[in-house]
Amino acid sequence: MTAALPIIAVWLAALGLNAWLARFDTRTTRLLVALIFGATVLILWEMIVRAYAVPMVILPAPSQIARAFAGNLPLLWGDFVQTILKGALSGWLIGAAAAVATAIAIDRSPFLQRGLLPIGNFVAALPIVGIAPILVMWFGFDWQSKAAVVVVMVFFPILVNALAGLAATDALQRDLIATWNAGYWQSLWKLRLPAALPFIFNGLKISTTLALIGAIVAEFFGSPTRGMGFRISTAVGQLDLPLVWAEIVVAALAGSAFYGLVALVEARLTFWHPSQRITT
Amino acid sequence: MDAVLPVLAVLLAIVIVWYGAAIRLNMPWAEEQMAREGIAPTLPVLIGDTMAQERPVLPAPHQVAKGLWDGIAGQKITSKRSLVWHAWVTLSATLAGFAIGSLTGILLAVGIVHSRTMDQSVMPWAVASQTVPILAIAPMVIVVLASAGVTGLLPKAVISAWLTFFPVLVGTVKGLRTPDAMQLDLMRSWNASAAQVFWRLRLPSALPYLFASLKVAIAAALVGAIVGELPAGATAGLGARLLSGSYYGQTVQIWAALFTAAALAAALVLIVGWIERVTLRRMGLAR
Repeated sequence: MTAALPIIAVWLAALGLNAWLARFDTRTTRLLVALIFGATVLILWEMIVRAYAVPMVILPAPSQIARAFAGNLPLLWGDFVQTILKGALSGWLIGAAAAVATAIAIDRSPFLQRGLLPIGNFVAALPIVGIAPILVMWFGFDWQSKAAVVVVMVFFPILVNALAGLAATDALQRDLIATWNAGYWQSLWKLRLPAALPFIFNGLKISTTLALIGAIVAEFFGSPTRGMGFRISTAVGQLDLPLVWAEIVVAALAGSAFYGLVALVEARLTFWHPSQRITT
Repeated sequence: MDAVLPVLAVLLAIVIVWYGAAIRLNMPWAEEQMAREGIAPTLPVLIGDTMAQERPVLPAPHQVAKGLWDGIAGQKITSKRSLVWHAWVTLSATLAGFAIGSLTGILLAVGIVHSRTMDQSVMPWAVASQTVPILAIAPMVIVVLASAGVTGLLPKAVISAWLTFFPVLVGTVKGLRTPDAMQLDLMRSWNASAAQVFWRLRLPSALPYLFASLKVAIAAALVGAIVGELPAGATAGLGARLLSGSYYGQTVQIWAALFTAAALAAALVLIVGWIERVTLRRMGLAR
């Protein structure tokens, strides 16, 4: 019970501080409140692990994870390059390009559109990760098979969004550009693609997480002796939990950075869209 | 209904492409077999062989259909070879996790809408956590819980719950916030208590959003349960079927498990959609 007292004290103090800060409700205090909450969770985690001597196998303390992170930087960087840059990123780029190109091709045929849209929606809800073992069999253990899994996983969400985006212009706008004697490609390039961008970026943002998941999970089915999925499964086998958590930190950072990067490009390209206007 | 013909046409095209790909991908093996047995390869024989290999690179659609039929109808449902049994193992974990995750998500959303402190503390992290590949930690959760003595259905359910939690939380918060100032003022002018505002205004207007996220969440919960079966020598469930199929090169088994999973996902989404329609109609919210 004595061990619990300081933990409860820290929790109550942070809660009180946040309750007080939340009343101001400005940009800075909002950021502060979120940061304090995150820091409190980490501190409480550390305190609980130490106070109750939680076995490292079940839950390592944040400080142990940080040590594992700092001590394994070259290893983690190698895994990052193998899984994120080679597997996820290349697959994501190929899948996104293929999906947008397919959407533009399909868009010219209402018949195909009516046929593919329900199927695309259906496939987007399926557990596509399941094809990972098949693709690993076809493309071998290295990053090509991971990229292939990622291509299939990101294709349908982006396709569905891009098709919705290409249909987003209204008749008035299309009539206007037709009165300017614009051909198909001109109206596609100058009107319909820009109008579709917010939708396409929505699909791109959803699929960043999918890309990482696909690349990591595909490594559970076979991989060379590096990569984040490989490291997680072998480190779990050796009960080296701090290293596993360090990989999770890398995955979290990579996922957030990937998403943030896409959101940044979106803000630059679709600055005219209402959702991008700066609000205070 | 004018979508039926195009959808059928696209499906037919997919099956044709599949047969073509199966012939192409299985051809080298078939040619090798013929050469080894000293038979002069003729095209019809070769194509016939690509359709009926024991371990094809890509099984033809009818082989997958036969695998599915054997797995579903050809076995007793209690048998370890029955796909129905494996699907049930996965489904039970999915549903348990889905129930836990959506309940926690809804409760936390109610807290967030009613407490500004909770809103500002938890919400940014909940949104940021959507960008983190949570599935990657699935094997760790399984192993950690196993070392703590928890095995069986619960670890998989934890992963499903985790994947269910965030879409439901974000969707419900958005839904509970949809009533505008005018409607809230009206409730206040009727001297409604906070509980009354919640039950009669906020909750009904949140339902469409809640159901939209539930449909996303149940598909995610199934993926979570399947991935949860991948590591640490699980012997039951669709994920375990995928893994053992990939170890022993049983491609037909992989494809049959995959199609079962797809059918399960579609059925779950359809059921949630049906509950959504019935509920919204009874509440007079159907559009």
